[in-house]
Amino acid sequence: MRVNFTVNGRPQEADDVWEGESLLYVLRERMGLPGSKNACEQGECGSCTVRLDGVPVCSCLVAAGQAQGREVVTVEGLAEFAKDRAEGCATGACGSAAGKGTTLDQAKRWQAGGTDSQTGEGTELAPIQQAFIDAGAVQCGFCTPGLLVAADEMLERNPNPSDADIREALSGNLCRCTGYEKIMDAVRLAAARQSEGV
Amino acid sequence: MAATGAPTKITQGSQTKGGIGESTLRPDGTLKVTGEFAYSSDMWHEDMLWGQILRSTVAHAEIVSIDTGEALAMAGVYAVMTYEDLPTEVRNYGLEIQDTPVLAHGKVRHHGEPVAIVAADHPETARRAAAKIKVEYRELPVITDEASATAPDAILVHEGRDDHHIGHVPHPNIVHRQPIVRGDADAAAARADVIVKGEYYFGMQDQAFLGPESGLAVPSEDGGVELYVATQWLHSDLKQIAPVLGLPEDKVRMTLSGVGGAFGGREDLSMQIHACLLAMRTGKPVKIVYNRFESFFGHVHRHPARLFYEHGATKDGKLTHLKCRIVLDGGAYASASPAVVGNASSLAVGPYVIDDVDIEAIALYSNNPPCGAMRGFGAVQACFAYEAQMDKVAKELGMDPVEFRRINAMEQGTIMPTGQPVDSPAPVAELLRRVKAMPMPPERQWESSEGSDVRQLPGGLSNTTHGEGVVRGIGYAVGIKNVGFSEGFDDYSTAKVRMEVIGGEPVATVHTAMAEVGQGGVTVHAQIARTELGVTQVTIAPADTQVGSAGSTSASRQTYVTGGAVKNACELVREKVLEIGRRKFGSYHPAWATAELLLEGGKVVTDGGEVLGDLVDVLEGEAVEVEEEWRHRPTEPFDLRTGQGNGHVQYSFAAHRAVVEVDTELGLVKVVELACAQDVGKALNPLSVIGQIQGGTTQGLGIAIMEEIVVDPKTAKVRNPSFTDYLLPTILDTPTIPVDVLELADDHAPYGLRGIGEAPTLSSTPAVLAAIRNATGLALDRTPVRPEHLTGTA
Repeated sequence: MRVNFTVNGRPQEADDVWEGESLLYVLRERMGLPGSKNACEQGECGSCTVRLDGVPVCSCLVAAGQAQGREVVTVEGLAEFAKDRAEGCATGACGSAAGKGTTLDQAKRWQAGGTDSQTGEGTELAPIQQAFIDAGAVQCGFCTPGLLVAADEMLERNPNPSDADIREALSGNLCRCTGYEKIMDAVRLAAARQSEGV
Repeated sequence: MAATGAPTKITQGSQTKGGIGESTLRPDGTLKVTGEFAYSSDMWHEDMLWGQILRSTVAHAEIVSIDTGEALAMAGVYAVMTYEDLPTEVRNYGLEIQDTPVLAHGKVRHHGEPVAIVAADHPETARRAAAKIKVEYRELPVITDEASATAPDAILVHEGRDDHHIGHVPHPNIVHRQPIVRGDADAAAARADVIVKGEYYFGMQDQAFLGPESGLAVPSEDGGVELYVATQWLHSDLKQIAPVLGLPEDKVRMTLSGVGGAFGGREDLSMQIHACLLAMRTGKPVKIVYNRFESFFGHVHRHPARLFYEHGATKDGKLTHLKCRIVLDGGAYASASPAVVGNASSLAVGPYVIDDVDIEAIALYSNNPPCGAMRGFGAVQACFAYEAQMDKVAKELGMDPVEFRRINAMEQGTIMPTGQPVDSPAPVAELLRRVKAMPMPPERQWESSEGSDVRQLPGGLSNTTHGEGVVRGIGYAVGIKNVGFSEGFDDYSTAKVRMEVIGGEPVATVHTAMAEVGQGGVTVHAQIARTELGVTQVTIAPADTQVGSAGSTSASRQTYVTGGAVKNACELVREKVLEIGRRKFGSYHPAWATAELLLEGGKVVTDGGEVLGDLVDVLEGEAVEVEEEWRHRPTEPFDLRTGQGNGHVQYSFAAHRAVVEVDTELGLVKVVELACAQDVGKALNPLSVIGQIQGGTTQGLGIAIMEEIVVDPKTAKVRNPSFTDYLLPTILDTPTIPVDVLELADDHAPYGLRGIGEAPTLSSTPAVLAAIRNATGLALDRTPVRPEHLTGTA
């Protein structure tokens, strides 16, 4: 069958799709977007998390045909997605930060001292992507794309989350390397930078 | 055309010195957060086929027949191969003992053993074709434990063994046996005021790296093959792959693809040979990607173990002796079992001074899933048992468990039961003191002005308690792990370092075959090059077999050994750069000939800080390159009767304090905090060091209360091969992990560093168990602890 949907703002088309193929498979193997990961392909690990019409889903559990005519955001489009949203927020459409989260000063202790340039230097990153790098939340990185999409969506809903809020929102994303501490640090850092307009 | 997703070199600059000791960021960080970093499962090639493995549905059986006809006739299927189709007489492989068939030959020895392989134009076609292969099995009785392995009429898992362990094992179903005997345990037992015995069971853990086994094999015009794969040791793979393919090693060109974690589970081969065989058979690129179900069958696991311990102590709290027997289940194939036995026996005493010991460790051959390397490697199982024993002995003596450990803690100068002196810092008592001194998490932390937050309670959002029936417990543990490959293994690494001027700036390029599996070795290599060569720009070349072996990314060894090799190569490059400088500019300043010279900030400087010249000028028109092997101090094998020998390179220590809350009615455990103190010698990258400690700690938590591969004792079949049924710690299960890092230099190691990756996985598990015992008063002699063990309904 043929499938059409929008990925990261661009219309995409895939031909000869077998009806049993998942959205994840079509993204990875037919559209050249392997950023969404295939750690379990059974909806348990969250490494394949994408936004489907704004809702975070395990793309391994979505049949490709179900995405027909819909909008998908993957980790490859996260920076642009976040940038567009921030520009929308400049009009005052987004919620203001208040209350229970972490202040930027508190969050700065999770910011690594280094200021290294990277391969891909000059690449514009979403705040959550930059925070994952700065806080040391990336080791093998296989869980990272799914966590970034999930964490970004949580910060969109809840710009100033408590630790318990972060844990609840990310409980569908397994990480085997970090013990989650630096992922917590990264999300707190991103929230604090976002709320204080850094 | 080339494969899509082949790794490229990564260049990283630094606005600071960016050398060792700084928390510089990962050079691959941006690629990993944008989704551009290519893992082995992301590899793609035009016209590529998909490979699929057919695995045995039974654990132990003779293969009566295999019929591939229907599978071969399916549209889209390019090849089906069985044992009969293997190209050479070499049809087995293995890390140490070549006992593992590439494809089953007449017999399968464990559930999920590869029987046939298929290549097709779509992964679903390949799966359906594999399902069409008809295999007729004649089932055999299964060997599942020591009693069935050594029974008088036991079937031999491997007939006609001719490996180098067969001469000293008491039964052919025992892979390896290592006794360690020192002093006189019986005589010492007579001096003991208390004697405490325990029997413990340690469940089978899975590495559960998230990136599935995967890779791409591309046939090349010269009859060889290019293989892009996620592994822990390219050259070890190469040695095992090439003979089976009937190719010389230089025709199997391996490149490390992005690796999604490893933790020991990629030390053995998985899909490598199968992908190459199918690529050579079809003349097309072949990609294989396991799904999670298959991954549970596609790699070895951590050895489950039965451990029998007897300690004695005098009334004043001094340990008198240890008698200990550790039975590891190696499953159907040897994998790393012999080395795991060596570790379990030589570290069975723990970080304590006991002069009189009688220790024995064995690994079985059985029809259970093969077991091999996993983070902690034999030391984890022992630590779980000896730390349970320490608490029991302390209780018997009426002593505080931390004080009791302090009294018996080893230190620099202690002689191990192997006779090896511990000749670098061993701050066991200090680590315990530090972890105990860390502030405690507040009591009843789920309560706030807004009421109870059930997310902070055992059972969490299941809303099973608001605090009633919840009891807090605190537990301590400490462990000892060896660093590097032991027992006389030639544990070297190789580094190629190049220095040249690019774009008007001095740049160092580091090329090794080290497998970056997430640990941050590439970060550290760039730091070492900056420190030694005074550059800011460092290029990390992709790891491949075009450079000499780096050894394995395991045994906490890569920063020590490949880090050491990079440091050494940098020093040799520096000498050559200085020679060029002397040749070009020596006549301008006498210090070129007389002073100790360093490379710093892109310049040649004297040790007094005087600048003699710019590296750009020295290197103009010249490039300096060195490839060199580097070795740490040699080790010795353990004597096969007494276990004596200087078997280990270095020891590594960590201590944990666990705070848990247990819903005693439902048997639910919430780990509230898991604090760690660890000596790292020298933290080359503090951010990465803490990340390693927290990650290792969490894997230990998983062993304590969640993770176990359940094998049916009647059929030896795996019952829970999925993330639905094999439970990994989520962010909700994992507590805060405060870390106190101690840096006591080991003078034998580069920069004084100590391998750090594994030690935190040892002590985390027994600390959690101790805390649950403290909360419940239960004995708890197995891990993981499940709710039924706490409610008495097991």
